Amino acid sequence: MTHSYTKDFYRDLLVNMLRVNRFEEAVKALYGRGLIHGTLHLCVGEEASVIGSTAALKAQDYILTTHRGHGECIGKGADLKAMMAEILGRAAGTNHGIGGSMHICDLEHGVIGSNGIVGAGVPTACGAALTILLKKIPDRVAVSYFGDGAANAGTVMESMNLAGLWKLPVIFILEDNHYAVSTPVERSAADPDLTKRGIPFGLKTYEADGNDVLAVYEAVADARASVLQGDGPCFIVLHTYRISGHSRSDQNVYRTEEELQYWKENGPIVRFREHLLKEGFSDKELDALEASVEREIEDVVTWALRQPLPDTDGMEELVYAR
Amino acid sequence: MQNEIKIISYRDALREALSEEMSRDPDVILMGEDLGIYGGGFGVTAGLLEKFGPSRVLDTPISESAFVGTAIGAAATGMRPVVELMFSDFMSVCWDQIMNEAAKMHYMYAGSLRVPLVIRTAAGGGTGAASQHSQSLEAMYCHVPGLKVVVPSTPGDAKGLLKSAVRDNNPVIFLEQKLLYNTKGPVPEGEYTIPLGKAEIRRKGSDVTLISYGRMVQMCLNVAEWLALDGISAEVLDLRTLSPLDTDAINASVCRTGRAVVVHESVQFGGFGGEIVSSIMEGEAFGYLRSPVKRVGGRFCPIPCSPEMERNVFPTPRRIEAAVLECFRK
Repeated sequence: MTHSYTKDFYRDLLVNMLRVNRFEEAVKALYGRGLIHGTLHLCVGEEASVIGSTAALKAQDYILTTHRGHGECIGKGADLKAMMAEILGRAAGTNHGIGGSMHICDLEHGVIGSNGIVGAGVPTACGAALTILLKKIPDRVAVSYFGDGAANAGTVMESMNLAGLWKLPVIFILEDNHYAVSTPVERSAADPDLTKRGIPFGLKTYEADGNDVLAVYEAVADARASVLQGDGPCFIVLHTYRISGHSRSDQNVYRTEEELQYWKENGPIVRFREHLLKEGFSDKELDALEASVEREIEDVVTWALRQPLPDTDGMEELVYAR
Repeated sequence: MQNEIKIISYRDALREALSEEMSRDPDVILMGEDLGIYGGGFGVTAGLLEKFGPSRVLDTPISESAFVGTAIGAAATGMRPVVELMFSDFMSVCWDQIMNEAAKMHYMYAGSLRVPLVIRTAAGGGTGAASQHSQSLEAMYCHVPGLKVVVPSTPGDAKGLLKSAVRDNNPVIFLEQKLLYNTKGPVPEGEYTIPLGKAEIRRKGSDVTLISYGRMVQMCLNVAEWLALDGISAEVLDLRTLSPLDTDAINASVCRTGRAVVVHESVQFGGFGGEIVSSIMEGEAFGYLRSPVKRVGGRFCPIPCSPEMERNVFPTPRRIEAAVLECFRK
């Protein structure tokens, strides 16, 4: 943490991290009450990587996120109420209830999709970058989020090659959250140093502590500036930890309670709070921020639960664009 | 104003469509393997690099998932890419991108994105290219909601349908027929489009309808001439677009003739012919049928290379004729 930032900037980062955390906890609770139809992939523990990275992006930047995409969508500015309604399958959802948790889309905030096929959204981001390049759109980049599991998908490596070859204005952000479902990097990658994946394709590569929100922010901000200078695509590896289970069916059989406890105690929000105390915030101020986010999320849940389910008439009408 | 008509090849008609659409709309770009200097796998894009430059004609690495996926992302953000997939058999390599991304984005994202993308690809057999370069897999594409599937059988249709496909706001699988690239026919110059989803009667007849598409249409027309010698008046219906399917045209024709034979070169079992037959059985034409509907399709084996084997794996004029004659057996 080399730079110093304004108090407002710090406050926004913390509030957004808290929003992600409380939103995910609220979704989990709703699921526990049997109110959510479908699966969930939550990102508790990854608040710094999703918020630090999206904070470094502009509203007009495109992002393609994954099945575990709530955090990036929130960071990019998607409406929490519409997101919650989507997860609850309501008509007022971001995708009118069609997409659910895994496919939140919000074009207005540059979220051009959340993808359920591991690694498959990566070329889509390259395509958005191609549009930016060909149409010479200033001050805009495309960002592809994926995980350590997707790093071994052929499509991801093909896309990195294409992006390097065509100097596409794209940033590949690999969120290494330790486990692909239950499989750790050491058991899925011949060389677990995933930063090397950018080398053969000539990608400018960054590595950051993905649980340090400022380190993430600085890496992504630097990468964005580099891409906008025309220096070609960048690759960023963020090391974080998924405290949430992989999905609703996860019984955490692949890790110990001690391991989980360690990461809970050293999670990104805990760490950032400590940093903010050093930067002159008071405990009282920070507690007030937490309380206000909790109220906000309670309102989101209350509102979303009141929304009607979508009409089943005309279910086939959206299949084709006019 | 009537367009002037030229006699040109199917290949040249496709190139004319691409060139005209690229001139009309700067968002139309071409992507694929060896499109530029080489002119594409079958010469369709020859000369377009010189005319439009490397930012409109993009040669890609042999990474079908990446370049089809990139085309999808470009389409979703404002471009109108036309991708060439050298052989339709390679669809399997990038099928996830087509089936799970391109076909679903508009629906899954509740209409906020659209994917105006054309995937042109060389389909069908008869060239001795053996099992992995000769297939007709349209049943696979038609099964996926969100894709449109087009199979032109003449140079004129190749131009008119490709121009419509480029202007469509959905992903279109455009199945060019390898054996038709060199065939010639009348093609209107300049602006000429054929709407997707409309079948065309190629030959009027009153006793039986031969329903087909792609290169089998010409075989059906030839068989219809033989049948005329036997006193059987065969109508030949060219579907042109398989999805969306012109079930009205199918039913209208079979209502008139009372008999139907469906002909396609793709494997008969589980083939698209089954859908065509169903459109008759579930449609108005069922009440007019005077004999069971017949199918003549490819045999249930991968496509062999040796010429006699390959010729017999696909429908032959004799097999089509035999199927028609069975419709008239008392």
